Amino acid sequence: MSRAKWRLNPLVAVLAALAALFFIFPLVGLVTGAPWGHITSVITSQTALQALELSIIASLASTAIALAFGFPLAWLLARGQFPGRGLLRGLTTLPMVLPPVVGGIALLLAYGRRGFIGRPLASATGVTLPFSLAGVVVAESFVAMPFFVITVESGLRSMNRRLEDAARSLGASRRTVFLRVTLPLIWPSLAAGLVLTWARALGEFGATITFAGNLPGVTQTMPLAIYISQSSNMTDEAIALSLILVVVSLVVMVFRRDRSGAQ
Amino acid sequence: MFRRHIKVLAGTGVASLAVALAACSSSTSSAPPAAAASQAKPTGTLVVFAATSLTDAFNKIGDQFEAANPGVTVKFNYNGSSSLATQITQGAPADIFASASPTNMNTVTAASLESSTPKIFAANQGEIMVEAGNPSHVKSLSDLANPALKVVTCAPPVPCGALATQIFKNAGVTVKPVSQEQNVGGVVTKVSLGEADAGIVYVTDVLANGTKTTGVPIPANQNATTDYPIAEIKGAPNATAAAAFISYVLGPDGQQVMKSFGFLPPTS
Repeated sequence: MSRAKWRLNPLVAVLAALAALFFIFPLVGLVTGAPWGHITSVITSQTALQALELSIIASLASTAIALAFGFPLAWLLARGQFPGRGLLRGLTTLPMVLPPVVGGIALLLAYGRRGFIGRPLASATGVTLPFSLAGVVVAESFVAMPFFVITVESGLRSMNRRLEDAARSLGASRRTVFLRVTLPLIWPSLAAGLVLTWARALGEFGATITFAGNLPGVTQTMPLAIYISQSSNMTDEAIALSLILVVVSLVVMVFRRDRSGAQ
Repeated sequence: MFRRHIKVLAGTGVASLAVALAACSSSTSSAPPAAAASQAKPTGTLVVFAATSLTDAFNKIGDQFEAANPGVTVKFNYNGSSSLATQITQGAPADIFASASPTNMNTVTAASLESSTPKIFAANQGEIMVEAGNPSHVKSLSDLANPALKVVTCAPPVPCGALATQIFKNAGVTVKPVSQEQNVGGVVTKVSLGEADAGIVYVTDVLANGTKTTGVPIPANQNATTDYPIAEIKGAPNATAAAAFISYVLGPDGQQVMKSFGFLPPTS
């Protein structure tokens, strides 16, 4: 299959270049504005290391939760035949467009110590979510899981289901069909969903600070540490911490792009 | 197919980022061109960056100032004083900065960004805010050292956080807060919602929050006071209105409003 020789439309090229520069310039600003003279001392400060550790733990936990609970939800939305499915999809993916602070307040009213779920939870188990690492994970999951659900759901929708039917008709069990046919077919969207979810959780700020509060070493993730330092006239620290987050995220995003590009 | 979908998703993320950025920048709306300095009558939009604890008092003063000066619209950007100071040093188009502490005003003056000498227009003191009815029976600062009690303060760089640190030091108690909020509003919210048992806020916050929360006064020998300075920002888009507003805040009408919201008169 050959296509006509690809030619670049000048207008497209200019607009694309502007779009690319729009994203690249702020990164240049971060790199040039970084306190290179004493960046190692800033990056290895206790605040930075604690925040990085918390960020990684919480974002990975949120991603695992998205996989465990978001996958069945995506399956239900893609394959289920029931009234109100569109409404359910809207409700469960609303956090994607909701301001995260709104999510944080809503989480407090539901799962907070006085929330209608949180209160019975606290009296039954003694567990309160706000101001704890678990609270950070809850906030990040709330904001990030919809990215997983919606990506996997569309993967399930767009796959060729006749392959599953063929496998079934040849005698394969449901379990075998899922593991040997469905899973390999939706793997790219599953992987993309995991990466998007993890990246969104890593960068989560608004819901986290509202629901889980801000305490170094307990709930202060990287974005919170960055925000507190930039709002405390410690711009050097803020830029250095931002660079760490940018590098970590960039490595993953480029890796993901290459992987899906290889498909 | 998958790749295309992923790109669409990534695009959605980028678009929402851009929307978020636009939303952030619109909060610092620019004022129309400055009125001529010689023109005595203030007009146009005045942008005031003010500490969160000033919200109710300054909204009232803003209404009164607008009524007294037809043609002027006052816009407020309330936040923790440390955030506001950073925004101003990063070039935010403010006409006036009203800080809850001289420390954060110093951030601005250190960068030579003030065009009028900061003047103290009010003072405030700390108070323990607890849930309505004080279910945890907090009687004094030493009760806050109880690790079973969830205590919230402001972060140390924010004036209300510096105040809390000073108060705990005066009382000789070690308190481990469960959260360090970015402005005093965060502390009030967490206590109001019952997430925290107690928080250190300003006397004015307890008053403003009415029956939603209860205040436990701090004895004078343990309490600390913070002064509120106000200054015009260099290159203020609306210098005429800025000068008029500062005079109004320092004058009898403004001082009457400050007093009615529980602020103390300037100590110096």
